[in-house]
Formats: sequence, C-alpha cells, structure tokens
Amino acid sequence: MYSFSPNEEQKMLIDAIQRYALDDLRAAAHDADEENEFPLEVIEKGWELGYLQASIPETYDGFGERSALTGVLAAEEIAYGDLAGAMAVMVPGLYVMPILIAGNEEQKKTFIPPVIEEEWRPYTSALMENSFDFDPNDLHTTAMIDGDSYVISGEKIYVPFAPDSEGMIVYANLDGVTQGFIIPKGQEGLEVGERQKNLGLNALPLYPVKFNNVRIPKENRIGGEEGHKIEPIIDASRVAMAAMAVGLSRAAFEYSRDYAKERDVFGVKVAQKQAIAFMIAEMATEIEAIRMLVWEAAWMIDNDKPESSKQAYLAITGAMDMAMMVTDRAVQILGGHGYIREHPVELWMRNGRGFASFSGLAIV
Amino acid sequence: MIDFDKPEAIQQVQNLVETVAVNMMRPVSRYFDDHEHEIPWDYINFMHQATKAMGGAASMAPTDKKSKDEKKDKRPPIGYQRLVHMVEMLAWGDAGMYLCTPGGMLGSAAVSAAGTPEQKKKFLSKFRGDKPVFDAMAMTEPQAGSDTSAIRATAVLDKETNEWILNGEKIFVTAGHKALIDSDGFIIVWATIDPSAGRAGMRSFVVEAGTPGCTVTKLEYKLGIRVSDTASILLQDCRVPFENILGSPEVEKRTTKGFKGAMATFDATRPIVAAQAIGIARATLELLKEELEKNGVVIRYGLPRQKLTNIEREFIDMEMMLHSAWLLVLKAVWMADNHIHNPREASMSKLRAGDVVVKITQKAIEILGPLGYSRELLLEKWFRDSKITDLYEGTGQINRLVVARNVLGYRGSQLR
Repeated sequence: MYSFSPNEEQKMLIDAIQRYALDDLRAAAHDADEENEFPLEVIEKGWELGYLQASIPETYDGFGERSALTGVLAAEEIAYGDLAGAMAVMVPGLYVMPILIAGNEEQKKTFIPPVIEEEWRPYTSALMENSFDFDPNDLHTTAMIDGDSYVISGEKIYVPFAPDSEGMIVYANLDGVTQGFIIPKGQEGLEVGERQKNLGLNALPLYPVKFNNVRIPKENRIGGEEGHKIEPIIDASRVAMAAMAVGLSRAAFEYSRDYAKERDVFGVKVAQKQAIAFMIAEMATEIEAIRMLVWEAAWMIDNDKPESSKQAYLAITGAMDMAMMVTDRAVQILGGHGYIREHPVELWMRNGRGFASFSGLAIV
Repeated sequence: MIDFDKPEAIQQVQNLVETVAVNMMRPVSRYFDDHEHEIPWDYINFMHQATKAMGGAASMAPTDKKSKDEKKDKRPPIGYQRLVHMVEMLAWGDAGMYLCTPGGMLGSAAVSAAGTPEQKKKFLSKFRGDKPVFDAMAMTEPQAGSDTSAIRATAVLDKETNEWILNGEKIFVTAGHKALIDSDGFIIVWATIDPSAGRAGMRSFVVEAGTPGCTVTKLEYKLGIRVSDTASILLQDCRVPFENILGSPEVEKRTTKGFKGAMATFDATRPIVAAQAIGIARATLELLKEELEKNGVVIRYGLPRQKLTNIEREFIDMEMMLHSAWLLVLKAVWMADNHIHNPREASMSKLRAGDVVVKITQKAIEILGPLGYSRELLLEKWFRDSKITDLYEGTGQINRLVVARNVLGYRGSQLR
C-alpha cells in the first residue's frame, strides 16, 4: 500500500534534527568553512541527538534498529544545515554501519559498542583513491593473505579525520573483489599525508593515507573468513549521499526563494518575474522528484528488494545533477550577491559539485 | 509510514490492462495512426464489455465507492492510484487509443470533483449501459487557451422554463465527437453566467448528446494521437436543464469560488495526463533497450559515470528521470485519494512527466539514428504522441506558474 507520510517517530526525529541543523550547523557553517574547522561542541551536540545510536540494536549497546529509510530522512535534514558539519557528525557511522550491515556477530559485539557508548570520537573509513576513473568495485589498493594476516597496500584519499581516528575501515581489492577490513588505531605501516585542500567541504578534515604493507589479523576482514558482499555497503552509502544532496539543495532552494521574495527589481519583487519564478518552480520539482527516488531506494534496501542496488544507483545519479542544477540556480537568482561569500549559496554550490566525486563519505 | 508496495488489487488490474495493451492496441497502433479519424470499435467494445464483466472494477472513472478490499480492511481509498496505473499501461499500449477508452474521462472527472450526489448518480450511471459511452471536456475557445478567464461562451438562465441557454464556440474537445455523435454521452461546457464578474462568473454545465443547438463542426488533423478525435463544437441557443450546472448558480462578486472549483478538477486530471506521458516514455525506453541489445549494447549499472559510454549515460539518465517523474505522479494521486490538497504536487508531476517524455522520445530517435526516424518502428509515432502531454490540461508553462505561485505563496495577481 503506497504511502508518502513518515511515521510519528520519524517526524519527531526530522523535527529535532532540523532544529539542530538550522540553529547550530547552519549558524556555524560560514566560519567553519573559512577557518577549515567545525567547532567540536557543535559536532558533539549533533552526536547527542542520537541518530546513529538509534540505528544500532540493544545487543550492541544502541537503542533501535537500522532503517535506511529513517537514515535518509535524517541525512537529508542534517545536510540541510551544512554538508561538512553533517559528515563530521555522521563520521562514526563510516566505521560502525559497515560492520553492522556486513560484519559477523563477533565483530559487531567487539567493535560497535565502544563507538556507541562514548561521546563523539572520530572513526573513519578509507574508500576513495586518487584516480579519475576511481570505481569502488575496481580498487587499486590490494589485500593479500599471508598466513594469519591480510596485508594491505595502496593509497587512499578523502579519509576524514585520519590522523585522530580511533578506528578505520579500509576497502581493498582481494582477488578482484572489494572487501572491507577493520584497522585498529596505531597500526604500523599506515602513513597519513598532508591535509587535502578541495573545492569545498573545507570544514571537514580530509587526508590521503598510504598503506605500506599494513598487516592486520585475519579476523578483521568484515564478515570474517567468508568475507562479505560489498553491494549493501555501497547502496547504503549511495542513498545517504543522495539524501544529503537533497538536503543541501533544499537549503539552497529555500534561501534563494526567500531572497527573491525580498529583492526589488523594476518595481516588483524579483520572484514576481517569470524568468526567476519558473527557475524556482523547476528547482522545487527537481528536489521533490529526487527525494522520492531516494525514499524509494532506501525503502527497497529495508525490504530486501532485488532492485535496490540499481535504484540506489539511479538515486545518486539523479542527486548529483540535482545538486548542481539547484545550487547553480540559487547563485544565479542572487545575481552578483550569490558570488559573494557573505551569502551561503556559493558554499552550497562548491559543496554540491562534490556529489559527483564523493563515494562513501556517509552511510545510513 | 512511507511505503512503496504496490497494492495487490492494483497489480491485478494492471496485469489485465497489460494484456489489452499488448494484444488489442500495439498490433493496430500503426493502422489507426495512418487512418486518422477511423474509430477503433474493436478496442472500444472490448473495453466496455470487460469493464461490465468486472463489475466496473476496470472503470476509468474513480468513484467514492470503496472496493470490497478497501471496505474489508478499512484501508484508505486507492481509486486514483489504480487509475494512474491503468492509464500508464494503456498509454504504453497506445496513447491515442487510450483516449478512446469508454467509461469516463475528463468530463466525468469534473462531475466527480464538482457535482452533487444526484448529478454524479445521473451522469456517471450512463457508463453502465449496454453500449460504450464517452464524455469530454469543452473548455478551450479560439481566443481562450491557457487563459481560461478569457472564455466568452455564455450561459443565461431562462426563468420561465428553468433552463440554461448556452451560446459559444468550443475547440480542442478531446473525444467530443465520440461523446456527442458516436455515443449517448455528454460534454462539460465551460461558460460564464455573468460576463461582468470575470472568473467569479465561470461555471461548468453538462450537455448531453442529442441536445438541440449543440453541433460538432470540425475534427482536427494533428501531429499525434491521431486516432483520438479533437472536435470543434458550436453552441447555439443550446438549452440544458437548470440542474445541469456544476456548482452554485449564485455569483458572489469578489470571490472566484466557481472558477477555483474548475481549477480543482485539474488537481485530479493533471496526474492522469502525467501518467499518460509516463506510459509513452516507458514504452520508448523498453524499445530502445531492446534495439540496443539486438546490436550488442547492454547498459551497465553501478559504474562511475566517467566509465560509462555516452549511450549508457543517456539511457541511465533517462531511466532516472522517468522513474522519478512516476514517483511524483504516485505521490500526487496518493494525496488525492487521501483528500490532501495537492495542486502543487499535481502540477509538479505533470510538468516533469511532460518534460521527461518529450526528452526521452526525442533522444531515443537520436540514439537509434536512421532506424529511429523510420516508420518501421512505432518510436516516431510515440515522439509525435508524446508532445500532447506537455500541452493539454495545462501546458508545461502553466504548470510552472502553478508550482511557482504555490512555493512562493503568491496569488495570481502577484505572479502573472
């Protein structure tokens, strides 16, 4: 039976996150971007909302269960505040969620509770690599079995909080198949490079990480000896990124809409001109269409539908274009003012372009 | 609770309609496109009999009556949701023949939306007789298209006989000939009961087949949907009973309630037109995929964009656009079924579906090159058929206006 109405619990969650997104994340976003750092207390406050904790069953010290659908609702709302801040708040999920989705019982019991019980600490994952044709299903970083260990070699980029992280998951090519491996803190052979400088996401610390024959125990392969399927993790990441693109686009849409209703031009408000009004109508339609695509993909994940991988792929494909279409227009509607860093639309445009490049920077 | 599970009742009807589309529409699609204004009676009679045999379950007109399932489980109504699934599938078969489906289209949608229980009973029961019956919407005039407030047709009450006297000229009446000449149907005529009152004076009237003073004067020759008749209708002192007016006969100056009633019809009909667009677009993508596969091109999903071929990128983008448009349709009709005010969603679904189907049919022809341009495939026909969905029931631009006013919180006077 079709329904497009979130349940009461989800509505309460959305409300709580939206307040935080506006009052805290959005309020801090401009300075955080300029200063390349998000204030820790803002991140901690986001963590205390308990979204990730609510995705984890009681057995592993959480107080709920995983729902990709609730996850995308939350991810949209938090990214509506600020993308870099949202990714920082959600960063422990990069470590916990793959283990929850694909790990074996022992791994879940060992690795999840320490993250969930504590206050926010940086945990991370390393998926992306520095090549134009980066493909999560065709990694250059390799894992080789050697006695009781796996040996990881290669180079990763876009690893959030790499130097401070309490734990990391690295994805590597094991005989042609992408597999995740749990890397404990302070592992030998791990070399963190200089912090990256990018077009956007300035407030999120991202690093290149070299793996010089990093040796980890056999049981740290996600899923244990048999390993795991990679699709569910990639799907979970794709819908999360797509939902964040919706949140970011909604922020840019609302800001430019409100600006257009205030700005005088030729004796009327600029929003009263069809050239602008039609852009606004198309932005609203685009956002709503992609949001439905994201919801459906997440619903498919929760219901083990065979098409969920394809749907998650379509969702992120549409979302990356939407983010560009909407943020570009938001800048355009503000005219020259949109180009000035006093207004947030240029930041959303810079961050929005990232969805075409980002892979695995959030998981629900 | 967000849910994308298709109800079993809808799946069953959809399967039936698919059989019809495959067996009764596709094989004659080309013939009727080549023989404009010939009427596809086999299809029409079959649909009429099928609807009767199923106790109206396949009826195109959504009703307030709940199905057995809905009553039993106290589930919310799904009438419009079922309808868009049927329309999508019929348009997948043939978008023009779909418009020849008997049993209630836009005219009955207006009766459903604005009629009294007595009017609904009287006019909607026409569809349950032995012979197929059609209805139509007569709104557009030679000088009044999107700007419906420019309508000049008049309705004057003759107090002695208690009849409305209609005068005026209507054009672009889809299935007007079938409603008035080929069956004992009716049309809905938009006219003003007070020309000085502007939109506040606008009302709609039911004019039944055989009413003196109502004549079909012309059938249009069109780019596409050629099997569907598009009629011009002349009203000359055409008298209809007082009770054939939809909505209140009183003109309250300063309110445009009557006109808004007219516009409310669109909240129901726009997602239906969007569903028609989706059906054509899905047919196109399926054909494109088939032709590509014949030539050894298989679409690979899941790869980063940089690794895709141009054809794969185009195809995946089209599939994404199509599916997201369909979800907008579903949301709009889910709202209608649940009596949630949906003008924004209805217009969003229509503008996106209209854009998407035109883009997809154009692009598919481009991708298939000389093959796509040939009349050997139905693709070129679908390209011609598709454009109507971006025009009738509100052009893409009118729907942009509706959405813009809605999201900006503007009245018509603030955003013209």
